[in-house]
Amino acid sequence: MNRIISKEHFSESVVKLVVEAPAVARARKAGHFVIVRCGKGGERIPLTIADADIIAGTVTLVVQAVGESTKKICALEVGDNLTDLVGPLGRATDTSHRNGTVVCCGGGVGVAPLLPIIRAMKESGNRVVSILAARNKNLIILEEEVRHWSDEVIIMTDDGSAGRKGLVTVGVEDVIRREDVAEVVAIGPAVMMKFVALLTKKYSIPTTVSLNTIMVDGTGMCGACRVRVGGKTRFVCVDGPEFDAHQVDFDEMITRMKAYDHIK
Amino acid sequence: MEENNKGRNAAWRVELRKALTAKERTEIERTVMPMAESSSRVRSFEEVNKGLSAEQAGLEATRCLDCPTPTCVEGCPVGIAIPDFIKNIQRGDIAGAAAILRQTSALPAVCGRVCPQEKQCESKCIYNKMKKAPVAIGYLERFAADSEIAQRRDVAPHKASNGIRVAVAGSGPAGLSFAGEMARRGFDIDVFEALHEIGGVLKYGIPEFRLPNSIVDAEIEALEAIGVRFHTDTVIGKTLTYEDLVAEGFKGLFIASGAGLPRFMDIPGENYTGILSSNEYLTRINLMGAGRNGYDTPAPEGRRVAVIGGGNTAMDSVRTARRMGAEKAMIIYRRSEEEMPARREEILHAKEEGVEFVTLANPVEYLADDNGRVRSVRIQRMELGEPDASGRRTPVPIPGAIDEIEIDLAIVSVGVSPNPLIPSSVEGLEVTQRGTIAVDEKLQSSIPTIFAGGDIVRGGATVILAMGDGRHAAVEMAEKLLAE
Repeated sequence: MNRIISKEHFSESVVKLVVEAPAVARARKAGHFVIVRCGKGGERIPLTIADADIIAGTVTLVVQAVGESTKKICALEVGDNLTDLVGPLGRATDTSHRNGTVVCCGGGVGVAPLLPIIRAMKESGNRVVSILAARNKNLIILEEEVRHWSDEVIIMTDDGSAGRKGLVTVGVEDVIRREDVAEVVAIGPAVMMKFVALLTKKYSIPTTVSLNTIMVDGTGMCGACRVRVGGKTRFVCVDGPEFDAHQVDFDEMITRMKAYDHIK
Repeated sequence: MEENNKGRNAAWRVELRKALTAKERTEIERTVMPMAESSSRVRSFEEVNKGLSAEQAGLEATRCLDCPTPTCVEGCPVGIAIPDFIKNIQRGDIAGAAAILRQTSALPAVCGRVCPQEKQCESKCIYNKMKKAPVAIGYLERFAADSEIAQRRDVAPHKASNGIRVAVAGSGPAGLSFAGEMARRGFDIDVFEALHEIGGVLKYGIPEFRLPNSIVDAEIEALEAIGVRFHTDTVIGKTLTYEDLVAEGFKGLFIASGAGLPRFMDIPGENYTGILSSNEYLTRINLMGAGRNGYDTPAPEGRRVAVIGGGNTAMDSVRTARRMGAEKAMIIYRRSEEEMPARREEILHAKEEGVEFVTLANPVEYLADDNGRVRSVRIQRMELGEPDASGRRTPVPIPGAIDEIEIDLAIVSVGVSPNPLIPSSVEGLEVTQRGTIAVDEKLQSSIPTIFAGGDIVRGGATVILAMGDGRHAAVEMAEKLLAE
């Protein structure tokens, strides 16, 4: 169960794993996530599904080694098993046809969960402009796959080592100014999503973000993932992970994501 | 066997009744449960109640008057044949006592520990009328069930497979009890659990000092022994849909997915870090092993811990906090101790362990430090007014009486709403306004092949009621499926 079929390094700390999980592969849709656990004493952590192959019975996960648990997962090799993998969880993305361009922006490993949304948006007949952003050239992932499913791709790096120099918001604003944008989808670090939301609010463009908060069970039981959306407390695991970006209290979310930083 | 040799009229039982007069029996004092010392137990998760010795159990069983119309049975939500099992303990046939428990309860070792007997069977015991302490039915139930586990006697009799496949969603008390009942009737049972361990609330919720995991595991093994198959990491409605189950040949589904979403109070500051639900706190520590060597899940640390609420889950949380090193652990409850829904025993144990009780106080706001971590809770002092619909006196705020208590961890334990996962993913399944699955008196849902029970129907109840639902649903579903 949950055997690792292939492993690829996107960078020193970012790994792509293809994992055997036939039931999840069959049931998942764009936007869904899984909870995985590595080792008998492992933590339960949420990871968004980047891709799935129903025939091979596999799901693709992209993991960035940031804490103890993600380091353990990144250290797994082909043939090893994830101790647990459960899903698909959360609500699927609405990828129906829009009247206008859909701008999909991904920051860092956020590009991985964004890819199935880009693809589904394209398959529904949308014009898709994708914006990939990272600190530098080496941290841009899945560019080829994103190009395959996008009408146009804009690369933004902090240091200008690839594409244009600047933050993701520069790229988004350019597109908004030149064409009719129906919706913006942003997935990445909380700060990045916050600034995309602030920008698109100015232009009144509907914007969706996918939140990757702390979770324990991931099935609506513990409330660790709660965020304030439109002044109401919502649970990312069952009400999300996608929300209207203009309603999300990002500052509270950023604070809550640091809840256990003092221990680790 | 002759009819007059069975039950209360069995020759041995008549003998037992004649051996001592009622007066002699009622003069025996109720036994005292041996317990771990409170000083040592606040530093460990060892079980607090140690269980009766064989001598204690025998003597306590002797107290039972073996009434012709046993009122204790009326107080039991599942109608356990209480005098029958107690008299078997008295005559030394512990296996016989355990077998009687098994007829009505899939989890006697669990119920013997966590049932509120003082509100159920024991409250109806004839001794109460004599102003004496009731027979310790709960202790005796636990004694018989534990002896059975220790000797690995079992295996409950079960019929040969009838080849009819039935799926169960959730492996808590309702799911386990349903599975056991159906397997005994010859059905082919698969239990699907969303978490990585079997047992539901018995594992993630109730702490080891009240219900050791080894006891739960023993009950699960007993079910495996009669052919029940368990599958972890499977969310019905997500990993496998109801249609998938039908396609795989399942003829029925019992939904026992339990309580879900923790409730919060919706007061300012409640989303600061250091404020969490009792579900999260207990899951981290009980299920994930937080704070123990070899486990990666971080434990919420608190030196001054406030637990909001007065139920059993609140007591479990506050007693856990003490064991996790809290110097000050307190219960904050809006009514008085009198109205607390928690079991008396739990309240008593909490006090013995140094837990403080701040009653007639309702949190109105949390304050945080510069990092967004909770540093205090402001409480509104209350007084009791008129009784409400539940018969309990309603707490009313005392104008201007607001205090601030310094804390570094708050655990909110004010109830749960039903788990929304399955109700929202099975098309055509009727749900009530409260979000529970709508069922009829047979526990059948709007989809005839789907039955449901436990907290997903009740919204938040006890282990014994969930277990009773599992059993009830099994009887009804078995009848329906066998008629087809």
